[in-house]
Amino acid sequence: MTESLADLASAVPRGRILPVGPSRRRSVHVIERNALAYRRMWYVFLTGFFEPLLYLLSIGVGVGALVGRLPGPGGRLVTYEAFVAPGLLAAAAMNGSVFDTTFNFFVKYKYAGTYDAMLATPLGVGDVAHGEVGWALLRGTVYAAAFLLTMAALGLVASPWGVLAVPAAVLIGYGFAGLGLAATTWMRSFVDFDFVNLALVPLFLFSATFFPLSRYPNGVAWGVRLTPLYQGVNLERSLVLGDIRWTLLVPAVYLGALGWGGVRVASSRLARLLQP
Amino acid sequence: MCAPPLVQGRALTKRFGTYIAVDQIDFKVERGEAFGFLGPNGAGKTSTMRMIGCVSPVSGGELSVLGMDPALQGPAIRSRLGVVPQEDNLDTELTVWDNMAIYGRYFGLPRSVIRERAQELLDFVQLGDRRQDRVDPLSGGMKRRLTIARALVNQPELLLLDEPTTGLDPQARHLVWERLYQLKLQGVTLVLTTHYMDEAEQLCDRLVIMDRARIVAEGSPRELIQLHSTREVVELRFATAEERRDALPLLNGSGERVEMLPDRILVYTGDGDGTAELVARDGLRPASVLVRRSTLEDVFLILTGRTLED
Amino acid sequence: MAVAPPMLRVLEREAIVFRKLWRGSAFSSFVTPVMFLAAIGLGLGGLVERRTGHVAGVGYLAFVAPGLLAASAMQTAAGSSLWPVMAGTKWIRTYHAVVATPLSAADLYGGTVLWVGVRATAAASAFLAVAVLLGGVPSPWGILAVPAATLGALAFAAPLAAYAATQDTDLTFPVIMRLGIVPLFLFSGTFFPISQLPSWLRPVSVASPLWHAIELCRQATTGTPRWAAATGHTAVLIACVAAGWRWGTRTFARRLTP
Ligand SMILES: Nc1ncnc2c1ncn2[C@@H]1O[C@H](COP(=O)(O)OP(=O)(O)O)[C@@H](O)[C@H]1O
Ligand SMILES: [Mg+2]
Repeated sequence: MTESLADLASAVPRGRILPVGPSRRRSVHVIERNALAYRRMWYVFLTGFFEPLLYLLSIGVGVGALVGRLPGPGGRLVTYEAFVAPGLLAAAAMNGSVFDTTFNFFVKYKYAGTYDAMLATPLGVGDVAHGEVGWALLRGTVYAAAFLLTMAALGLVASPWGVLAVPAAVLIGYGFAGLGLAATTWMRSFVDFDFVNLALVPLFLFSATFFPLSRYPNGVAWGVRLTPLYQGVNLERSLVLGDIRWTLLVPAVYLGALGWGGVRVASSRLARLLQP
Repeated sequence: MCAPPLVQGRALTKRFGTYIAVDQIDFKVERGEAFGFLGPNGAGKTSTMRMIGCVSPVSGGELSVLGMDPALQGPAIRSRLGVVPQEDNLDTELTVWDNMAIYGRYFGLPRSVIRERAQELLDFVQLGDRRQDRVDPLSGGMKRRLTIARALVNQPELLLLDEPTTGLDPQARHLVWERLYQLKLQGVTLVLTTHYMDEAEQLCDRLVIMDRARIVAEGSPRELIQLHSTREVVELRFATAEERRDALPLLNGSGERVEMLPDRILVYTGDGDGTAELVARDGLRPASVLVRRSTLEDVFLILTGRTLED
Repeated sequence: MAVAPPMLRVLEREAIVFRKLWRGSAFSSFVTPVMFLAAIGLGLGGLVERRTGHVAGVGYLAFVAPGLLAASAMQTAAGSSLWPVMAGTKWIRTYHAVVATPLSAADLYGGTVLWVGVRATAAASAFLAVAVLLGGVPSPWGILAVPAATLGALAFAAPLAAYAATQDTDLTFPVIMRLGIVPLFLFSGTFFPISQLPSWLRPVSVASPLWHAIELCRQATTGTPRWAAATGHTAVLIACVAAGWRWGTRTFARRLTP
């Protein structure tokens, strides 16, 4: 086994299992496991795509007929459907990723013993964390690509930059996957998932997903700007509607840092929780 | 024997906070043997097994597994171990076959190799015809056998079994024992924990008796019985607690040793039938008298003053 | 359908369990709809009113409030009659312990459904109070929206609890939520009048119990009663409850006392 050589290189203090850096090769097996599990639940996988689409048709098209045009990023007037669609794409990326890394993760971590089984093999805690995040992102990529295609078919992608909406959705998924995974390591029982919903629902509704920031009083608007989903919505909307600025790197870096930090926190906490 | 031991603990210690779960134990497991940790619940068996399985950091002392240090070479060691944990953790979202297949993938085995081995192993544990079944509806014994098959997918040199038959009915237990015995014949080194003395006697070439985080005795089942107990035991049951209490002083001196349990009195003796006759002559009227050979249970009782099963 | 006292004992048991879980339930059946009301009714509603003015004769907030009231009653009913019934029959098997007492499977079913009704009433009352404060309920008749929403909740709870008792796993439940409950939530006249739907879709919405519940609630909160229509909506909802009830007493009996 080649990893043993690298492992020997550093001495470790007593009382810790050396957190062997996650290896991409090994974390792929965690993704494989989830793919196997979903093979028999493909319809659950499939239906995950419908929810944002239904919202787009209901709120976007239905209520949109009552709203008319409004100023998009950069101030150009856009239809309400075109305004809300990238917001829903961002929100769906958040929802999917949070569901995978909180609820699904918790079941496997606390009740099913899935990770105890994995850790008895060469897989390490870092592999588990990276594998689960990788799975969430893979799933998110499929959904985002399908949703973007639907948007394009409905004529809601105004700019060729719109293709970047898929990687942007993956970035949003990454940010929230880190956050979700880290938060889950503090959860004690399913009752604690009320807090996840308590965070997700307002993020979904108030992050300029459905109406622009200008609807808020100034102070509140600044608060909203700080939330990760607002950053994601802003990024998606600018890409899809073609308002490309250097400042779009801000949400990108923000979300990336969130994901990276979250996964690190989660890995180190999981090492202690799963290997007491 | 000049080959280095497969597992060796020296003053091995495990602490959870200030609680000491394993207290400076010393043991050695040689290649090819079946080695047991026998002890009651809470003795520290699982804690020890988890350290050997490289999923729980050592708090003190030394541990080497397959000649390597678990703290430094966890993945390398684990790739050569098979682990059957105390609680089955089969993947209930997958079928029997997929459980085998994905476990093999965790070890990085190629799919073609897994396919071959998985079928062989499922046949070995007599689950060959349950490939496509879900795991949940399997009986406790089948789940246990599947866990064993899964642990063998990487052809481990060392198989760790934490209470392999706890919770199984007698028939299922015997089937598991028989399979483990086959593995032993094939040269797989077994390390197992148990709180059943019959399991230890059946399976272990050598064992240590653990109690309250410490090892209190070590040897083969026969050696342990010879060294610490008498050849035979007379078990006396009485109709009431008073009768039992009153009988105790009369029994003193009737054997080498007398132990009073909540439901019976044990008289340790070299000659069971003789002692039983003696008891009858003394005018005692026990409800039942049973003469039997000494077991590891007796060794544990003599060494710790308590029974294995709470 | 007189409520037999044994059924009330089932209700009592549910209430005791609920004391531990109230937070999540309060969140999903009260806080979430209030947030929707604020975001869609006020936030998005401002944009609607700026352009279209009124929807179906009232401000957008007043239009959406009764829709969310009835729709969230439906969601509460669905969530608390699918999984909890699965838990009772399969996962923790509490129902089997209950039917070992003098309580019958039918009592258990009735108690379970009524309990959903009790919670729907409480959630609807709280939601209505908030809607009044935000100015989304122009008419004092609005108080009648509480029984209307409760009836709507029962129209979903009765058949869904009956269905849940026929299932061995919860695999179909997320599919029911995503392909049944969510589309109903979005297309039954909750957020926009169903007259805007393509003509082929309109009959589908009209067939859904939620549309009837929303219409009843909306007539109440906006103070525009149309008695004939209201009678029709009520009749449809009662028919759903009755049909579900007949089915449920059977599926519970088959599952628990075969
Ligand atoms: N993760 C843990 N945190 C705290 N205490 C633990 C933990 N795991 C085990 N213990 C304690 O250590 C003692 C030994 O446990 P264990 O090794 O599981 O015993 P056995 O397997 O012999 O029944 C028990 O008292 C148990 O409560
Ligand atoms: Mg144990």
